[in-house]
Amino acid sequence: MTAVPGAACQCDSDFLSQVERIASMYRGKPEDLVLALHDVQALRNYLPREALRVVARVLDVPESRVYGVATFYSMFSTKPRGRHIIRICESAPCHVMGAKEVIDSLLDQLGVEMGGTTADCLFTVEATSCLGVCGVAPALMIDDEVYGNLVPGDLFEILERYK
Amino acid sequence: MEFYRSHVLVCGGSPCVAAGCRAVRVEIERLVREQGLDREVRVVETGCLGPCDQGPIVVVYPEGTVYHRVNMGAAREIVAEHLVKGRPVTRLQYAGELPSVSTADDKRTDYFQIQKRIVLENVGLIDPESIEEYIARDGYLALGTALTNLRPADVIETVKRSGLRGRGGAAFPSGAKLEFTARTESDQKYIICNADEGEPGTFKDRLILEGDPHKVIEGMIIMGYAVGATHGYIYIRGEYYISIERIERAIRQARWLGLLGANLFGSGFNFDIEVKKGAGAYVCGEETALIESIEGKRGIPRRKPPYPGTSGLWGKPTVVNNVETIANIPPIILNGADWYRGFGTSTSPGTKVFTLTGNVNNRGLIEVPMGITLREVIYGIGGGIPDGRSFKMAQTGGTAGGCLAEAHLDMPMDYESMQSAGSALGSGALLIIDDSHCIVDVACSLLHFFAHESCGQCTPCREGTTRLVQIFDKLRQFRATQADLDLAMELATVMLRSSLCALGQSVVVPLGTIMQHFEGEIQAHLHGKCSVGLCHGACDCAEGRPAENV
Ligand SMILES: Cc1cc2nc3c(=O)[nH]c(=O)nc-3n(C[C@H](O)[C@H](O)[C@H](O)COP(=O)(O)O)c2cc1C
Ligand code: FES
Repeated sequence: MTAVPGAACQCDSDFLSQVERIASMYRGKPEDLVLALHDVQALRNYLPREALRVVARVLDVPESRVYGVATFYSMFSTKPRGRHIIRICESAPCHVMGAKEVIDSLLDQLGVEMGGTTADCLFTVEATSCLGVCGVAPALMIDDEVYGNLVPGDLFEILERYK
Repeated sequence: MEFYRSHVLVCGGSPCVAAGCRAVRVEIERLVREQGLDREVRVVETGCLGPCDQGPIVVVYPEGTVYHRVNMGAAREIVAEHLVKGRPVTRLQYAGELPSVSTADDKRTDYFQIQKRIVLENVGLIDPESIEEYIARDGYLALGTALTNLRPADVIETVKRSGLRGRGGAAFPSGAKLEFTARTESDQKYIICNADEGEPGTFKDRLILEGDPHKVIEGMIIMGYAVGATHGYIYIRGEYYISIERIERAIRQARWLGLLGANLFGSGFNFDIEVKKGAGAYVCGEETALIESIEGKRGIPRRKPPYPGTSGLWGKPTVVNNVETIANIPPIILNGADWYRGFGTSTSPGTKVFTLTGNVNNRGLIEVPMGITLREVIYGIGGGIPDGRSFKMAQTGGTAGGCLAEAHLDMPMDYESMQSAGSALGSGALLIIDDSHCIVDVACSLLHFFAHESCGQCTPCREGTTRLVQIFDKLRQFRATQADLDLAMELATVMLRSSLCALGQSVVVPLGTIMQHFEGEIQAHLHGKCSVGLCHGACDCAEGRPAENV
């Protein structure tokens, strides 16, 4: 994975107080840990270790459990990611409709490996299982936006919209 | 209520959103205003109309004209010609017919005859963001009837007699499930709607929630009444942004009208619903893993028994049902068990929603009576195989379902027949694959999915899925032997017996049917031959990455 420049020092006190504020909305509701992590992750597109520590303290659950949850679900990442997350489907219905060519072309255009982040930190590409839009396979999502019926030629224009 | 001369329905299902329907709707609205027609023409964003690969779909009523692949230029033409001058734009019209669309001069073809909409009766027809439109189509009438005229035991009896079985994969009789929990004594019980929908090739639950969210809410309340639960959860995959938005809005509307909350219909019965978001894990669709996830933990399956029916969420009796199962409840209560049994076969009553994907002309969402044949679906509704290719295989029920060959095309699609062919109806996914694909490549893709999604808790599944990926990669590279294939089947059989949940247990279903129905092609790979010409001796590294992905 390509390292994100400056990622190590992102946990300034300003960021951590934002985390604290978000986590506080779930105080006393440890069962909402997953929802809390969704909200915290929205700040920086990943969950730094220090943020997990804050969430653990505020929700009063062991840090090990917070870490366990943060590493279990594929939408969460404890490693720095780019500004936009590209989730590209590699399940069978997309596979038979030519997902492989689209994936190869995407990685090629961005100059990254699967799971990697572009040098300008704009995109992180992740392989995912079915996104539930197989009617327009092959498909990918960029953040919360779905793109379907893809052919390699479509990618350039789609990526441009995020630059 | 205002009266409009025309209604323009723009499909707002996720596949159409992916195709750009939002911009098209905004453009149509703008042009309608510009033409000063906004008091005569109403533009509505609806749920899925079915032919997802044809999107964005726009329907103009009262004529029932269906336009497909509508881009901005087409939108302008439709407004200028159809809405202003009253001349439908034939060139942009969709040739197929949609079961949800009734045309002014109704002359229905086979396509419509085959489909029968119960679960999807409102999807694509109403504005899913309007509770009034749902109510206008008898929405919440079943709930009112149940709460004021029926005892909980009557509700359960009706569901039992209807023969409804779970649509989430396991096909468990739904009435029996309700009865089980109703009989368990407890101070608190829960209803959970399973909307985690991760089975590849399945997107029906998403489109039901997006197109008719109130039906799911109504179904859950009725189930709560039947078993004595006052709280429900809808667990939705985190990636289903539109479903989450629509269902949350629908819950707020229902609360506002007193259809959720305290003392519903003056009956003294209370019920409320909360939405919980997943965060990307296929295994969370398994009911006990889902419960763990709602409790805020890693979504790993629990050992069963105890089953959720007696000890589920926070140790309390819990009914977990699939979205489609729940959406069947209001129509069954409203029309009765005998009515429901009038559809489908005697042993598999009712309809089934399928999602048709892969190499077929019409990909998308369909609802058909149980017992229809695969051939009718593929060559009738699906419009056949594109590009002059021919049918090779169909995988029914998602990745955990069986792979069927040409010989099975005329078999009825119901629970019993599917089982006899070693497959299942499962989640309703129907993946059609043509003869340009190699069976070993397909198997690699399926096995890769299992390895990727195994939660890692139990050894047979974690290690077994990894080893199977390795064996099939070897087969793809022409390096495997008969002993490897025997080992693969042995592994899958051990996984069936010893895995903790159905994820590991079901790998044998696709694998076994592939080995059985495509034996010749598999065997050829042992001798360095791939009839399709897709596999080569060398390693296909982009795909063959067994270890790092698990
Ligand atoms: C690995 C795995 C994934 C599953 N995913 C789903 C799912 O996404 N949706 C669903 O309704 N059921 C899923 N199930 C089945 C559920 O465990 C459960 O049987 C179902 O929700 C019961 O509802 P029903 O009786 O209405 O079918 C899954 C099962 C397993 C083993
Ligand atoms: S298989 Fe790719 S979206 Fe479903």
